[in-house]
Amino acid sequence: MSEPAPEDIALGSLRLRVLTVGSGPLLLVLHDEMGYPGWLSWQAELAATHTLVIPMAPGFGQAPRIEWLSGVRDLACVYARMVRARGCGPFDVLAFSFGGWIAAEMLANDPALFRKLVLVAPLGIKPEQGVILDAFELSHRAHLEATVRDPAATAEFDQIYGGKPTPEQIEAFDDARAESARLAWQPYMYNPSLPHLLEDLGAQVPTLIMHGDDDGVVPRSAMHAYQRALGAAELVAIPRCGHRPEIESTEHFLSHLRKFLQ
Amino acid sequence: MHFMWFTERAYHYDPEDDPEKYRAYENEVIRKRSFFATPNAMFEPEVASKLLNQYLDEKIYTDAELINFDGVMLNEHHGNPFCLGAVMDVEAAVLAKTTKRVKIVLLGNPVTTVGNPLRLGEELAMIDLISGGRLVSGWVRGAGSEQLANNANPAHNREMLEEGIDFIVESWTRPGPFRYEGKHFHFRHVNPWVKPLQRPHPPFWMPGLVSPDTADYCARRRYPYIALATKLRPTTELWDFYAKAAAREGYQAGPENFGFMQPVMVADTQERAEELGKRILFGGAFAHFARPEWMFPSGYNSKAATRRLAINDFGPNATNKPLYGEGGEKTDAEIEGVKKIIYDSYPDLQREMVMIAGTPDSVIPRLNKVLDVLRPGIFSFWLDGPVPHKDRMRCLELLNRDVIPAMREHGRKIGLIDPFSRPPGGRLLHGREPEPVADLDALKAMGF
Repeated sequence: MSEPAPEDIALGSLRLRVLTVGSGPLLLVLHDEMGYPGWLSWQAELAATHTLVIPMAPGFGQAPRIEWLSGVRDLACVYARMVRARGCGPFDVLAFSFGGWIAAEMLANDPALFRKLVLVAPLGIKPEQGVILDAFELSHRAHLEATVRDPAATAEFDQIYGGKPTPEQIEAFDDARAESARLAWQPYMYNPSLPHLLEDLGAQVPTLIMHGDDDGVVPRSAMHAYQRALGAAELVAIPRCGHRPEIESTEHFLSHLRKFLQ
Repeated sequence: MHFMWFTERAYHYDPEDDPEKYRAYENEVIRKRSFFATPNAMFEPEVASKLLNQYLDEKIYTDAELINFDGVMLNEHHGNPFCLGAVMDVEAAVLAKTTKRVKIVLLGNPVTTVGNPLRLGEELAMIDLISGGRLVSGWVRGAGSEQLANNANPAHNREMLEEGIDFIVESWTRPGPFRYEGKHFHFRHVNPWVKPLQRPHPPFWMPGLVSPDTADYCARRRYPYIALATKLRPTTELWDFYAKAAAREGYQAGPENFGFMQPVMVADTQERAEELGKRILFGGAFAHFARPEWMFPSGYNSKAATRRLAINDFGPNATNKPLYGEGGEKTDAEIEGVKKIIYDSYPDLQREMVMIAGTPDSVIPRLNKVLDVLRPGIFSFWLDGPVPHKDRMRCLELLNRDVIPAMREHGRKIGLIDPFSRPPGGRLLHGREPEPVADLDALKAMGF
């Protein structure tokens, strides 16, 4: 399938840029803090069986900022409004890293929106051991490389980020980092109240937490903290994998995802 | 003209007295290409105590004995041995009481990283009151690394700076108590009991490294812009940019709107001056102030500035391309190779007047050429690098005795006026075209 193009949709006074592609049950996909990475093999696979709805997070390089957004919960409310406006729910959600945090805030706010939730190495909860990687200590390149266990062995990493970046790519990536700073600078990449707000919601919304067993961005203890907060959630560690199972271990990722969403 | 002098108050070891520590410290900075984030296990309180007192003594001596200096300039940096002045207002408070004459020029206070503009306004008011109204209050965004060192959100930096400045002015000039509900700052009871002696408030200046965003802001506010040792041609271009913005505001920019800071080293012999001047390159100098990803954290720059950096292959994406050498050196022998590259650049830097070193007779003509080209009303000498205290003092004495009088006379002849003599923004254009503010013919004559 060739790379599809996102469309602008109106939501009251807001304009959101959303990619809708595929056929089958609806699956909301929330990308990570590095911005929408482009069309990859896992998306093409999933689009064969699901209708993917992928909002381009405002201000993350692919869509204009919403100036008044001041935190992750604001963005979660915007996304919740978007899916309510579609009038079809509850629905499944697949959310990566920073997108996982947004999804968790949506869940805390309105669990009735969800049928099933898949969180892939989600940010949003303070790890009990270790700390979330401070991307602002790192150059663009070092930040990107820290997201995978072995950049050289990850073919799609090279497809997305290989070669000398164009000024447009640098600008888009810088936009994404800047917007993540606006929304999540302090505390850095977590919300202290989130575990309390998620309490026992795993019993209402079946949740799968997936993460690489060699994740250099978010420590494993944060996954356990999510599992504990939700009360009932399935936790899967993907072997020999960093922060991005969808490109580092695509087969494992899809297999766990499909099994859970059945 | 207003003549002042500046030093970063660098933490350093004297190469004559302590060559081993001097070398170990420089090697550490070069190894990671950054003064910022040097492990503070290397900090020796006794060394810092001695240095900070020497730096203050120099300023007190300048005030008392070196009467051709009109001001002393301070700045601040954080988490960085490049500058021991972590809280500049503390030093300014000491100088407010221990000096009698010189302007105390703060370039400047990083409103965003300080974080509390009400408190900052009170500090500055106290400095102005104690000094008898000698404060020049400058403002800065703070280097990118200051955001990291203070956990200040780089994406809010400029908004917070501008809001903070406006709030401080309001807190000084609007009768209190009043309530302030801004975007980034909120104070439900604003009624500072200490307010500045100078009314409506002390002069505001802003320094920069030829940032168009800051120059535009200064022009709109009629704040003098002080270029920090930037190369002559880009500085003239920025002057022109400022002057056009000033014209849009309806006034003619002139020397009263511009300042320039120039690295200098003056000694009794040319050889000694050049040898000491070379030390400004210690550790890679300002080029190694902080790594690019720390200088330009995402969100710190405007989108236009980010685009310029990206097109020029610089900015936070450029750390695999150090300014000197290949990077990744581990052994002392490899580090020596990088040092050689750094110090071998010295003749070029002298030719480009990035450092002007020599006897008074040799530096005066070159400094006057800088005045010819840039036509600044404010001029700051910058003395830095690991130079022994006695040589720094001698440099100051020679600047006072020979250099400043000659420059002042030259400035008078070519019409350089400081902002105390003619308020910036006071010459209205009344629809006329603005006059040039820099002398490009003089620049051309220098071969640049």
